[in-house]
Amino acid sequence: MRIGVPREIHGGEQRVATTPDVATQLIRLGYDVAVESQVGAAANYSDYAYKAAGCEITTADNIWSKSQIILKVRAPENGETEKLSAGQTLISFLWPAQNPELVKELTDRGVTAMAMDSVPRISRAQKMDALSSMANIAGYRAIVEAAQHFGRFFTGQITAAGKVPPAIVMVIGAGVAGLAAIGAAKSMGAIVRAFDTRPEVKEQVESMDADFLMLAFEDDEGGSGEGGYAKTMSKEFIDAEMTLFREQAKEVDIIITTALIPGRPAPKLIMADMVHSMKDGSVVVDLAAEQGGNCELTEADKVVKTENGVSIIGYTDLPSRMAAQSSQLYATNLRHLLTDMTPEKDGNIVNSFDDEVVRGATVCKDGETTYPPPAPKLSAAPKKAEPAPAPVVVKEKPSVMGPVIGMIVGGLVLLGLGAVAPESFMAHFTVFVLSCFVGYMVIWNVSPALHTPLMSVTNAISSIIVIGALLQISATNATIMWIAAATVLLTSINIAGGFAVTHRMLEMFRR
Amino acid sequence: MMSQGIVTVSYIIATILFILALGGLSNQETARRGNWYGVIGMTIALLATILGVVERHYEILFVALLIGGSIGVILARRVQMTQMPELVAVLHSLVGAAAVAVGYASFMDPGRLSHFSGVELTIHDIETYLGVLIGAVTFSGSVIAFGKLSGRISGKPLTLPGRHFFNLGLLLGAIWFGREFVLQSAIGSGMEPLIIMTVIALLFGIHMVMAIGGADMPVVVSMLNSYSGWAAAATGFMLGNDLLIVTGALVGSSGAILSYIMCRAMNRKFIAVIAGGFGTSGGTSASSDSDEDQGEVAPIDVHETAALLAGAKEVMIIPGYGMAVAQAQHTVYEITKALRAKKINVRFGIHPVAGRMPGHMNVLLAEAKVPYDIVFEMDEINVNFPEVDVSIVIGANDIVNPSALTDPDSPIAGMPVLECWKGKASIVLKRSMATGYAGVQNPLFFKDNTRMLFGDAKETLDEVLKVL
Repeated sequence: MRIGVPREIHGGEQRVATTPDVATQLIRLGYDVAVESQVGAAANYSDYAYKAAGCEITTADNIWSKSQIILKVRAPENGETEKLSAGQTLISFLWPAQNPELVKELTDRGVTAMAMDSVPRISRAQKMDALSSMANIAGYRAIVEAAQHFGRFFTGQITAAGKVPPAIVMVIGAGVAGLAAIGAAKSMGAIVRAFDTRPEVKEQVESMDADFLMLAFEDDEGGSGEGGYAKTMSKEFIDAEMTLFREQAKEVDIIITTALIPGRPAPKLIMADMVHSMKDGSVVVDLAAEQGGNCELTEADKVVKTENGVSIIGYTDLPSRMAAQSSQLYATNLRHLLTDMTPEKDGNIVNSFDDEVVRGATVCKDGETTYPPPAPKLSAAPKKAEPAPAPVVVKEKPSVMGPVIGMIVGGLVLLGLGAVAPESFMAHFTVFVLSCFVGYMVIWNVSPALHTPLMSVTNAISSIIVIGALLQISATNATIMWIAAATVLLTSINIAGGFAVTHRMLEMFRR
Repeated sequence: MMSQGIVTVSYIIATILFILALGGLSNQETARRGNWYGVIGMTIALLATILGVVERHYEILFVALLIGGSIGVILARRVQMTQMPELVAVLHSLVGAAAVAVGYASFMDPGRLSHFSGVELTIHDIETYLGVLIGAVTFSGSVIAFGKLSGRISGKPLTLPGRHFFNLGLLLGAIWFGREFVLQSAIGSGMEPLIIMTVIALLFGIHMVMAIGGADMPVVVSMLNSYSGWAAAATGFMLGNDLLIVTGALVGSSGAILSYIMCRAMNRKFIAVIAGGFGTSGGTSASSDSDEDQGEVAPIDVHETAALLAGAKEVMIIPGYGMAVAQAQHTVYEITKALRAKKINVRFGIHPVAGRMPGHMNVLLAEAKVPYDIVFEMDEINVNFPEVDVSIVIGANDIVNPSALTDPDSPIAGMPVLECWKGKASIVLKRSMATGYAGVQNPLFFKDNTRMLFGDAKETLDEVLKVL
């Protein structure tokens, strides 16, 4: 089958749905890949590189009409939908919930459409989770944009020209984007504080060495909704939240907001009065600008400069502003999805609804709208619950009676032996028992790493049995003498071999 | 000629040196000195005996010593470190054979009847009998162990029907002929029962080791080590020589402790190992597990592996016998060096039963010049796994199987394992998805943070090294 990648026509969109590297891997899956001329120019991927990767460079019309699979970043617009026909598969961001007309049109045209934004959030599908990839980049870029407008160091410095305090960054919403922003700000040297309604992310925030801001509010409610997203909170909670932000706004230099609730306008968290209380030169980056913004003063796709010198950045195209990086991650997400859908690696796509991921992502197929998909079987959650009764203690309790009985029996045997055995035997026996104990004490101290040398050296010294043969070799009886001679030969192999190999091994143990 | 007193003093010195030799093995620094103690002790004992006791046949004696010594040194020089278990098994068999020979020679000595009488004679005869018995078992068992270790005999356990009764029969036979031997010996004969018993003991040794599976080989090797010691001790009793008794007891208890450590490392009972046939006594669960749908494994290629390693801060390498088979230890060390040059902390985690004999992995890594202070034992390292970024499991399976801890029905339940799944990521190098010696499917391979790198360990690692 042929995969076609047209140029993105959305204004300002710089990303591309496949990169030369990923194209190579798609070709390895058995597909032909065709890209529109200049497809990756805005993301710094040249036609030459695509050609070198084995792609066909052609026109948009050729791609739309002759490819069985179309890969895109943005949902089709401005007549792109009309170029699709029955039997084609379109994979891109679609936002089916927000774009019902588009879904209807795609359905009517008999197109199989898969939305990268609808890939279910299960662990198996993490490698195809384009939303996370993009959010990660957006979070990173948010810090870069903030640094651009901040006009100061992030890191604290003490220089000959005076002391520079570190910048304080507050990140609201510690999702993928929030965590990426925390990481980026932290590595630039800022002091980072983070807030999230979901208490379970506290650990993640702290693992990145940021402070987690706690609400002075006790509630067992918790802010986790379905699929790991946040949900709407109660009024009391929001009041407490506002108080916190109001206090923080006076202290912090940079605020990054990433608060989103699926399917709703973004919650308003940073009010105008908070912005006005911020220091001159402070920056707010609102990652929720597209959904209306977390800050009251945000204007989408614009940088607003307030009277008191606070910049409010409302860019909605942060991933596109790092086009090379986001194209690479998005293309890899697509490639993983296609790998799963190409079980035979023969370049034929299989859209099987048995696959939970494919089912979840598919918006329409064979003239039927299949969105929304049935609720995902949350396979991950119960599985994780299972190992709870795990570490089964298989060990048996050591019986108290065992050693006691053993000692009594052992003692009786020794007594019995003492009763019949002659003096000379008992002397040897004493030596024997004592040396067993000495051996026991000494051997437990041997380092486990040296067990092999231990075996070879014990081997060598157990050849002390040669003494027996030496005692016998003086016998006048020829048979005995020859047996003894043979024994001397055997044991001397052992003595020399054992010590020599031990020596050789020990020489190897080097620090 | 030395006086008997000086000979005895020499023996005492030799005994002390032997104890120091074993004691020296408590760490790598003192171990080399310990080995020299052993050599000196042996030399003193030999000199004292030759000068103080031997009366004639010096030329034969020296020729034998010379030939044997040369063979031994050549063997020791030539042996590959991966073949150490085989060499050790061969050397054990020699001790066994020597014990048998000394026993026979002693029995054939006509002076025997004039030295001893009554109870003393009986005890002496029992000592001779035991020495030969243990020696013969050690001999044939070691020969079979050598065959199994070197691949000349299949590693699969041979499970004869009614094998326990067979063993019991052999034991009873040995006891009955022992009684016959003591009775006949008192009237001057007794060679026949001694020979019959030797055959029985040889059979027993063969059967015992044949019935033991490949995974239990570390136990077998250390058990035979123990036997060779007991054989020496029994010979010492027979000859009334304390040096032999002490040395034999030291070696015997050393081997016994090693066997115990090995058994504990596999959570097996010593008796169960000796009775043979891994899994055959335990139950039926091995098959039921593998039927379950475990999920899918995530493969990884060489480049991704290299990238993952290069990006890590803490790397743990878990070698298994597969590494030795593929002779990959040198490549492993090259990779270690490359990673350490990048300031990545590389450590090795060694399971007590990794390899074919106790401490085998340590020797292999030492041979590849891996510094021993980055090689850790399971108990030392298991707590550290949560901070490990990447664990590389090379040719190991059962020793990293989480079902040993989670699944009470598993044949390896309760066996302590290296808990690499607690780290951030594990890469498992394997030739295929085949199960390990225990025949148990390994849930580790299906975990989210596990990646499988299929192929021959050495070739794959060479490529990883190239990329690094």
